[in-house]
Amino acid sequence: MMDQAPLQPPASDECASTSCGGGGRREFLGTAVAAVAAALTGCKTHSKEEFLQHNFQELSKDEVLSVIARLEKEYKAKYGKEVKVATTPPIPGVIFGYALDLSRCIGCRRCVYACVKENNQSRDPQIHWIRVLELDKEEGVNLQHADQYYDPAEVPREGHFYMPVQCQQCKKPPCVKVCPVGATWRDKDGITVVDYNWCIGCRYCMAACPYGARHFNWGEPNLPADEVNPTTHYLGNRPRPKGVVEKCTFCVQRTRKGLYPACVEICPTGSRKFGNLLDKDSEIRYILENKRVFKLKEDLNTQPNFFYFYGV
Amino acid sequence: MNTRPMRFAPSSTPAVGLAILLLAATAFATPPVVKSLAKPLVKVEAPAQEGLQVPKPPFTEGIFPCTSCHDGKTVKLNTQRRVLKDMHDDIALKHGPESRWCLDCHDALDRDYLHLASGERIEFTVSYLLCGQCHGDKLRDWKVGVHGKRTGRWNGAKEYLLCVNCHNPHSPRFQPLKPMPPPTRPEQIQVRKGSAR
Repeated sequence: MMDQAPLQPPASDECASTSCGGGGRREFLGTAVAAVAAALTGCKTHSKEEFLQHNFQELSKDEVLSVIARLEKEYKAKYGKEVKVATTPPIPGVIFGYALDLSRCIGCRRCVYACVKENNQSRDPQIHWIRVLELDKEEGVNLQHADQYYDPAEVPREGHFYMPVQCQQCKKPPCVKVCPVGATWRDKDGITVVDYNWCIGCRYCMAACPYGARHFNWGEPNLPADEVNPTTHYLGNRPRPKGVVEKCTFCVQRTRKGLYPACVEICPTGSRKFGNLLDKDSEIRYILENKRVFKLKEDLNTQPNFFYFYGV
Repeated sequence: MNTRPMRFAPSSTPAVGLAILLLAATAFATPPVVKSLAKPLVKVEAPAQEGLQVPKPPFTEGIFPCTSCHDGKTVKLNTQRRVLKDMHDDIALKHGPESRWCLDCHDALDRDYLHLASGERIEFTVSYLLCGQCHGDKLRDWKVGVHGKRTGRWNGAKEYLLCVNCHNPHSPRFQPLKPMPPPTRPEQIQVRKGSAR
């Protein structure tokens, strides 16, 4: 302590005498902090720019551009191909809603793997954003009787029905409430997104989510280069680092461009319906007005924008 | 409003009773009925008006046009209900009552068409009109995009499938599929080198 104290003033004097600006000191401190952090944690994967990057919501336009450029460069180096990272904002006057027809879903899990492919999830360790539950018809929607590991030769199995569960894009998302750093938030179009660069990996959100919709990258995500989907969004399907939480974003990279999510496109039974809740002529509004609809765990007052319905 | 019918009820003549019924009917029943009826009526013609692309009917390779055989000369018209033996014996009809057979839907005089119960001839590309004669609720839902698969853009051009793209008209039950592999159980997750510290 005593030895170190006199060392500091000469250092700043030297900086002043060589006429480096205020940025110089900040830059020096940043590098020093980054170096110390790297030494302490043993992680050398963070560049200085990455380490000093702010929350995505607080970035200026120029900062966003430089972040995107850096990420695209990193991905190119890692996967050997152009990966585009978009920052498409929410479309004004749009709140996304999703409806799933429980009377039609046959539990074939096509959606699970279409999602993995579209959203660049880690293949091994395996991360699935959609979990399909097999339930007993006699029990109804009773999660005590749910099995996600069913594997018969053919589905649907007699006496069973199937309920895919993914992020319910709650209007009152408990995951957002508990995040200690504000790395996850609900965007204006109703999609709850994660800034993977701001996430500290505390997994409070996973504990808070009553739907098991959030998933943690325990290991370095294993994403084969030839399977990378190069059309990505900063808050969506861009390749994630180890140690962050990820979740369904209604395919933000697709839906903010007007396309249907990948799970809707793949579903062979047409059980999955998607649209704008604010558009009174949309399919989703027709379902809400004309079909028997329920929300999963409605009693928790999370107010999902994901609905289950009976199309029959 | 609510107390008035109550007061009249005990001493009501038939006419008053009728008036009360009518009042009650107009007061409670009419608005929701009008609302629910109005929507589908407007929407019913939507696919046709929007000019949406409906895919081609999924014919077996080389089977269409039917008139290449059923031209009235090569194969003579036989309207006798019978079990087919020489041709089309691969078709197992599992759709509705036992008495149903080919010419209930296929047009006898021009095999390149179907026909409705009214006798009106329709193309294979609008076969949903035929299906909708019995499955009216499904047709209504299909037209608004709730029954069946839609792809494309949620805020723009969409692609539909015909009923027969998913339901074989001769055996319409949706065919079972082999499910994709289940997720890895937590206890089966292997520790790989360099994956976790």
